[in-house]
Amino acid sequence: MKANITEYLAIDLEKEMWCCRKCNHEIAPARSNYKEGLLVYNRDPQEIHKPIINPDWYEFTFSPDPNWCQILEYYCPNCSTQVEVEYLPPGHPPIHDMEFDIDALKERYLKREGQKV
Amino acid sequence: MAIDATKREQELVEQFLKETTLFLGPEPRLMQDHGLAPITNREIQAILKENDPSIISMARSKMQAGANEAYEMLEQIGAAPGAKWGDVVCGIFTAKGDLSIVSSGGVLIFAGCTQYGVKYIVENWLNDPEVGVEPGDIFYYNDARYGGVHNTDQNLILPVFNNGELIAWIVTVVHEGENGAVEPGGMPSAAEQVYDQGLAISPMRVGRNYKFYKDLVTYFQNSVREPKLQVVDMKAKLHGALRILQRIEETIAEYGVDAAIAVLRKTLDDTVEEVQRRLTQWPDGKVRMMGIADSTLRENLLIKVNLELTKKGGELTLDFRGSSPEFANRANNSVTSAMKGMLAQLFLSFVWPDLPRNQAVLAPMKFIIDDHSIYNASYDVPNAQSMMTFFPAFTVTQAALAKYLYNSPEKATKLIAPWYNMIRTTIYGGITQHGETVGNLCADLNGMPGGAKEGMDGEHSIAPIFAPMSEQGEQELIEEEIPIMQLSRRLMKDNQGFGKYRGGQGYQMFVTQKESDFFGFMTTTIGSKYPSTYGIYGGYACPAYPLAKIKGIDIFEIMKNEPEKMVYTTEEIMNNRPFENATYTTHHGGLQFELAQEGEIYIITQGAGGGYGDVLDRDPELVIKDVEENLISEETANRIYKVFFNPETLILDSEKTEEARRKEREDRKKRGIAYQEFVKNWVTDTPPANLPFYGSWKEKNVIYAGSPDNYMTEGNLKAVWLPNPKDVRIAELETELKELGDKR
Repeated sequence: MKANITEYLAIDLEKEMWCCRKCNHEIAPARSNYKEGLLVYNRDPQEIHKPIINPDWYEFTFSPDPNWCQILEYYCPNCSTQVEVEYLPPGHPPIHDMEFDIDALKERYLKREGQKV
Repeated sequence: MAIDATKREQELVEQFLKETTLFLGPEPRLMQDHGLAPITNREIQAILKENDPSIISMARSKMQAGANEAYEMLEQIGAAPGAKWGDVVCGIFTAKGDLSIVSSGGVLIFAGCTQYGVKYIVENWLNDPEVGVEPGDIFYYNDARYGGVHNTDQNLILPVFNNGELIAWIVTVVHEGENGAVEPGGMPSAAEQVYDQGLAISPMRVGRNYKFYKDLVTYFQNSVREPKLQVVDMKAKLHGALRILQRIEETIAEYGVDAAIAVLRKTLDDTVEEVQRRLTQWPDGKVRMMGIADSTLRENLLIKVNLELTKKGGELTLDFRGSSPEFANRANNSVTSAMKGMLAQLFLSFVWPDLPRNQAVLAPMKFIIDDHSIYNASYDVPNAQSMMTFFPAFTVTQAALAKYLYNSPEKATKLIAPWYNMIRTTIYGGITQHGETVGNLCADLNGMPGGAKEGMDGEHSIAPIFAPMSEQGEQELIEEEIPIMQLSRRLMKDNQGFGKYRGGQGYQMFVTQKESDFFGFMTTTIGSKYPSTYGIYGGYACPAYPLAKIKGIDIFEIMKNEPEKMVYTTEEIMNNRPFENATYTTHHGGLQFELAQEGEIYIITQGAGGGYGDVLDRDPELVIKDVEENLISEETANRIYKVFFNPETLILDSEKTEEARRKEREDRKKRGIAYQEFVKNWVTDTPPANLPFYGSWKEKNVIYAGSPDNYMTEGNLKAVWLPNPKDVRIAELETELKELGDKR
C-alpha cells in the first residue's frame, strides 16, 4: 500500500520507503529525508528566468540575482523526474521539508475501509 | 486581620490600580490571543432554548445577507478607491467580541484583525464609568497595534443591544487610503517611527445616537490630506453598519433574540469542530518551508521567513521561530494579529472556502512566534508596510500546506501552487487636474495572477490573495478624477511560473500623469532580486520584478509629434530606448514618494503565480497554446519545456520534442549530484559575508542580523536599526570622491 504524498512522491507503507510515483524507484527510507535519495543540481536562476531587459544596462532585469538566489533542482535518479525545486540563498542548508509520522500514517491507512497495508 | 478584610483590601488595591492605569495601550495578553472567548452562560442558555437547526439556519442566512448587503452598499457609496473596489469588509461579532459572520465579498483579513479592537472596547470601555457603551454609540479606530493591518484601514464598530442587553457588535472596515502619514496614500514605506504613520486612533467612541461628534470628525479631517473623503466614508461605514443592525433586529423580531445569540456562538463552535475534523485527515508530522522577503522597501535585504508546521490529530502548530528580527526604523514589521489574520484568509479562501468565514478557523491552531521578530512587532516599531512580511508568510504557508493536502482524502479545493503575493500598483499623491489634494492608491493591485492548480493552469491577473471578489475599477472614470493615465496594459511575455501546469501571468503597465503641476507616485513591492512566490511539486517560482522608469520626457508630446516611436512593452521600451535624451533606469519595487512630471513613464508588472510539477510533463499542445497566445516565446518553449514546433503553422514536431525531452532527462542524470555529496560542498556554516541576511541559517535558534558576525539567539531578539539608504549612498559617493582625489 502506497500513500501518495505529492505529485511525484509516495510512501510505501509496507517497505517504509519513499518512492517515485512515476517509476516506482525506491528513493530513501520513509523515516529519513527523501532528498537523500535524489540527485541535486544547483541551477543559476537566470537560466530559467532569463533577463527580459539588457543586463549590461540595468541592475534589475526581471531575473533573480544569482548572487542572492540559486535554484536547487531535485531529480529522481532513475527516471529523472524533477520531483522538487527549492529557491535558496547561496550556501543555505536545503530544507528537510517533509517528516511524517510513519506509524500514524500506517494506522490511518489500516483504518481505511477495504485498504490494508 | 480577618480573611474578609484582607480580601477587601486586595480588591481595593486592584480597583485602584485598574482605575489609575497610566496608559491603556494594546495589551499583549489580548493581542496575542487568537482564540475564542469562553462560552458564556447567556450563550449556553440561548443555544439550549433555540436548537432547531432550520431556525438557526434561517437566522444565520438573514444576518449573513445583512453583512453582504452592507458590503454592496459600501462599494456603492464609499468614496475611497478601496471602498469602490472591494477593499472592504463587514461583519458581526458575539457580545464578547469574536467574529462570527463576515460578508461574502471583501478583504477578510480586515475582519480577522478587528476582533482585537472589539475586545479592547469590551475589556476597557464597556464598564468604564466615564466611557461606557450605550445603544446608538459609534466606536472607531485605525491604529493597527490595536488589531489591524496598517493605519490606512479604518474600522467602525456599533454595539447591538436588545432590550438593554448587549448581544453583538457590528464592524464595517474600509481601506481608506489617505491618513496623514509622512507619505500620501496611507502606507508610508518611508516611516521610520510609528509617529510617521499618520492618524492613529485607538478604539474610541466617536458618536452617540448614531450621529458623529462633529468636533472629533473635524479633528480627524484636519489630520489627513483628503478631509472630504474622511467624513464621507465615516458616514458610508455607519450606514453600512446600520443596515446590518436593521437585519439583526429583523432576525430577532422573526426568530427571537436567543436565535440571534445562538447563531453567533454556534457558527464559531461548529467551525472549530469542522476544522479539527478536517485536520485529522492530513498526515501527522512536520512540514517545513522557508522564503525570502528581499526588501524593506528602502533597501534590498534577505529577510527570512521560517516556518515549521506540526500537525497532530486535530491540531496544527505554526512555528515561525527562526524568522528575521524586527526592524526598529522600517515599516515592514507585522503586528502578530495582522499576520494571523492573513493566514485566516489563506485557510478560508484557498484551503476550505466552503467553511463559514469567521475567526474560528484559527482557533484549533497554535502559533509560536518570537518576541521582537518580524512577525511579532513591538509597540514602538512602524508597521505601515506589514504586508511586505506577512504576504511572504502567506506564501510560505500556502506552499507548505500543499504537502499535507495532497494526501488528504477529502479536499475542499484543487491543490494549488502559491498565488502571486505582491501589491503591484501606484500609490499616488498631489493635486489633481481639478485642484483637489489627494493621496490614495490604485486598485490595479487587485490583478494578481493565480497559482497553477492540480490539472489546470493558473488564471492571469485575476484577483488579489486577500480578496477573491474585488475589482480593478473603471480606468476611464479614474482618469476623470485624478491625473493618472495608463498608456499600456498587457500580459508580460515569458513572465511565467513554469511547470506541468503553469502559474497565471501578470500584466505590465505604463503609468504617467497628465495635467498636474504637483503629482507623484510610490510603489510598494518586494521581489526585485529574489522571487516572492514559489512553485510546488517541482514547479518553478515567479521571476523577479523591478520598477522601471523613463524620465526626462513628455510622452504625450512624443505621441503627438512622433507617434511611430511609441512602443507598448517593457522589453521594447527598455531595450530599444526609442526616446532621445530620456533616462532609462530600473529599481527595486520600494519607491518612496517622488514627484513625476507630466508624461514621464513608470512601469510596473503584476507578477506570476507559482508553477505545479515538472516542466517536462507539460502537455506540448498546452505549450504551443501559450506560444499562440503570446504568453511565451518560441525560445522559452524550446529552452524550458523542450517543445519544438513549426513556428509558422504551430504544428507540434513530436519526434523532435520527444527526443529533446529524452535528452534533457539524460542530462539531468549527468549533471545531478548525490544529495549528501552536494550538501557537503554547498552548505556554509554562516550566511555569506557579502549577503545582508536576516534570520536563522544552519540552526533555528541562531538568528543573524545582516552579517555572519552579528547574531542573536532565539528568545533574545532585538530590533535592528538600519542606516538611511541616502546616508549609505552619500558615504559610497564620498569614498569614490576620496579615491578620485587620491589618484590626482
